[in-house]
Amino acid sequence: MVETAAAERGEFKEGFYAGTGIAIGYFPAALTYGLLAKSAELSFVETMSLSIFVFAGAAQYIAISLIALGTGIFEIVLTTFILNIRHFLMSAALNEKAEDESFWKKAAYSFGVTDETFSVASMRKGSINASYMAGLIIISYSSWVISSGLGYMAGNALPQVVQESMGVALYAMFIGLLVPLLKTSHKAIILAGTAALLNCIFIYSDTLSSGWAIIVSTLLAAVSIEAADQMKRKGQSL
Amino acid sequence: MSAEMTAIVFGMTAVTYIPRMLPFMMFKGKELPAFWQGILRNVPYATLGALIFPGILTFHENLWFGIAGAAAAFFIAFTGANIIFTVLVSIGILTLLSML
Repeated sequence: MVETAAAERGEFKEGFYAGTGIAIGYFPAALTYGLLAKSAELSFVETMSLSIFVFAGAAQYIAISLIALGTGIFEIVLTTFILNIRHFLMSAALNEKAEDESFWKKAAYSFGVTDETFSVASMRKGSINASYMAGLIIISYSSWVISSGLGYMAGNALPQVVQESMGVALYAMFIGLLVPLLKTSHKAIILAGTAALLNCIFIYSDTLSSGWAIIVSTLLAAVSIEAADQMKRKGQSL
Repeated sequence: MSAEMTAIVFGMTAVTYIPRMLPFMMFKGKELPAFWQGILRNVPYATLGALIFPGILTFHENLWFGIAGAAAAFFIAFTGANIIFTVLVSIGILTLLSML
C-alpha cells in the first residue's frame, strides 16, 4: 500500500512538472480572455464560470464575442460544440494509452483534456494514469482559472510588449513537444507536415472553420498515412 | 447571473465535456482493430502539426513576428532544450525583437 501511494505521488509530480509549460502558456491566453470578457461587459462571476466549467480557451474567446454581439444561446452552444468536437478524437487517442482504471477516474480526468494537456500526455513515454493526469491538469487548470480572474481585474498592468510576445508561448510549447520526435521519426515528420499543410489550406481557402479544419486535417493525415504505411508493409511481405 | 447566461454556461459545459468523456466510455482501449489503433497513434503527431500551423503565423498581426517566433522556437527545441526553456526563451527573443 505504502509503495503504491509513493508511486502515485511520483506520477502526480511528474504530471505536475510536465504541466508547467502549459501553465506558463495559459497565463497570457487567460489574461487576454479575462480582459476581453470585461470589455464585453460580462460580470466577474460570468467570466469565472466559463473558465471554471468550460475550460476551453478558443471556445471561451468566441463565446464572449458572440455574447457581445447579442447572438442567441443555441448558436453559441452549437459553435462551441463544433469547435470542441476535436477533443473527441484526442480522448479516443488518449484512451489507447490509458491504464486500466475505473471509468469514474477516467471520466474525471477527461474534463481536463485540452489541446495542450492532450499534447503533453500523448507524448509521454509509456502509459498514462489518473495520478499523472491529475498533476498535469491541476497545474494547467489552476493557471487558466486564476489568470482569467487576474485578466479581468488587472489585465492592463502587464507591459504591452510582453503581452504580445507571450502569445507565442503555447506554440513554442507545441514545437518543443514536436521537434524531438521529428529528429527520430520520419513518420512523425510526414504526419505533422501533412496535417499542417492541410490545415493551412482549409484555413486560408476559408473552406472550414478553425475547429473543423483541425479535425479534418488531423484525420486525413492520420488515415492516409496509416493506409500508405500498411500497403507498404503488405508489399514487403509479399 | 442572468438566466440566459446560466443557460449559455450550462450548454457550453455540456457540449465541451461530453466529447471529452465519451471515448473513455465507448472504448475500453486496445480492442479496436489494428488499423484504427494505428490511426489513433498517428493522431498526436498530426494534431501538433495542425495546432502549430497556421496559428503561429497569425497569433500576432505582424506576420514577421510569427515567423520569427516559429524560427526561434524550432531552433531552440532543435538544440535539445527542454520545453519550459523553449517557451521562455522564445518569449524573451520576441520581446527583445519588438523593442528594437
